[in-house]
Amino acid sequence: MGMHIAVEIADKHANPEIFEEIFSFFRAVDRQFSTYKNDSEITRINRNEIAANSYSQEMEEIFSLSEKTKRDTDGYFNIQKPDGTLDPSGIVKGWAIEKAAQLSLKMGYQNLYIDAGGDIQSYGLNGQGKEWSIGIRNPFNQKEIIKVVEVKGKGIATSGSYVRGDHIYNPRAPHERLLDVVSLTVIGPNILEADRFATAAFAMGRKGINFIEKLPGFEGYAVDSAGIATFTSNFEQYVKTK
Amino acid sequence: MNTNRTLKKLSISMGLILASVAYAFYQNSIPASSIIAEKNNGVENLPQAVIVQTPPPRPKQTTSTSTKTAPRKPTPMPVPTPTPVQTPMPVPTPKPVLKYADGVYTGNPADAYYGIIQVKATINNGALADVQFLRHPNDRGTSIRINNYAMPILRQEAIRAQNANVDIISGATDSSQAFVESLTSALNRAKNYL
Repeated sequence: MGMHIAVEIADKHANPEIFEEIFSFFRAVDRQFSTYKNDSEITRINRNEIAANSYSQEMEEIFSLSEKTKRDTDGYFNIQKPDGTLDPSGIVKGWAIEKAAQLSLKMGYQNLYIDAGGDIQSYGLNGQGKEWSIGIRNPFNQKEIIKVVEVKGKGIATSGSYVRGDHIYNPRAPHERLLDVVSLTVIGPNILEADRFATAAFAMGRKGINFIEKLPGFEGYAVDSAGIATFTSNFEQYVKTK
Repeated sequence: MNTNRTLKKLSISMGLILASVAYAFYQNSIPASSIIAEKNNGVENLPQAVIVQTPPPRPKQTTSTSTKTAPRKPTPMPVPTPTPVQTPMPVPTPKPVLKYADGVYTGNPADAYYGIIQVKATINNGALADVQFLRHPNDRGTSIRINNYAMPILRQEAIRAQNANVDIISGATDSSQAFVESLTSALNRAKNYL
């Protein structure tokens, strides 16, 4: 998928094996779901090489999550491309981070984060015994952050028009969508939830932040092309003041 | 031609005057019962005839002449609208400092890994006002159905770079900086015109 993945475990006795386990899990996910790999399961499904009743359990899970998200978002989230092929990358990342985070918890770790392509699930505290602090990247300058938040165990995902952007806008009106909101950060109950709604809400353009406002348990921070941020009414509870 | 037009104008204005006189009469003759019926129908804009309202405090006049010209005919009284609830206003933050020469600038095509992205930036009053995509990978779709979500209370601020050390960063990743690349080159052109 060509994205960076970072894992940090702040528990005192972290076993290096956990890292290997997490990274090999991500590699497996990539082999299975990458639409850029010729032999991935998703590519083979798109070539009609796999019968519908013999999809892997993970694929079934992703498809059913995608279907659910499509319903939850009024059709804004849709893994089916106009040519009929399927591209679930808008949901796989959040799903994979969530799985990896659960795996770490199961192995007894309590203080960690997993960051895949800027979508993050964190738990517990950092190495200094403080809340994990998360910067929201400036969509106009990769080297800057424009907000610092502490999400306290919730998931945080950012969708942007140029971040793997071609899978989130409507080709029938690409200009309108991309013009409006260039970056949308969503904080949700966990990374899977934050990610799927960030992807969908981003595709809604300016209405996206309203959609997040109406979702119980979610907050959002949208940046438009003029450098103006619009954020939901309780977003500031996460903002680190100092 | 000219006289024709003047006549037309005259007759239109006559018609308008007649219509407003007729309307005034009609308003005065509405029986109270019909008003109540309307009210019960849940019509919010009550006929003006029944709106009993203390006149809004007239702004203090420094000269007395202007009061004479108050129109006699029933002018539409402002419907008593509740004063808008004071929503928390965003703290006025300074606009992002972007100093560019006004104009339209085309950025370099940049490889987005999945295709080429090229943008056109419009600078207005020294700030980035618009970004259009000249080229973009567009093989994917999202079915769009517009819903009318009620406007919630959202807040706004101009983004500002923060000086803080953070553990993690959420946002644009390194995999595709094409947009930034193309936009940056467009903005550099805008800078060079200063």
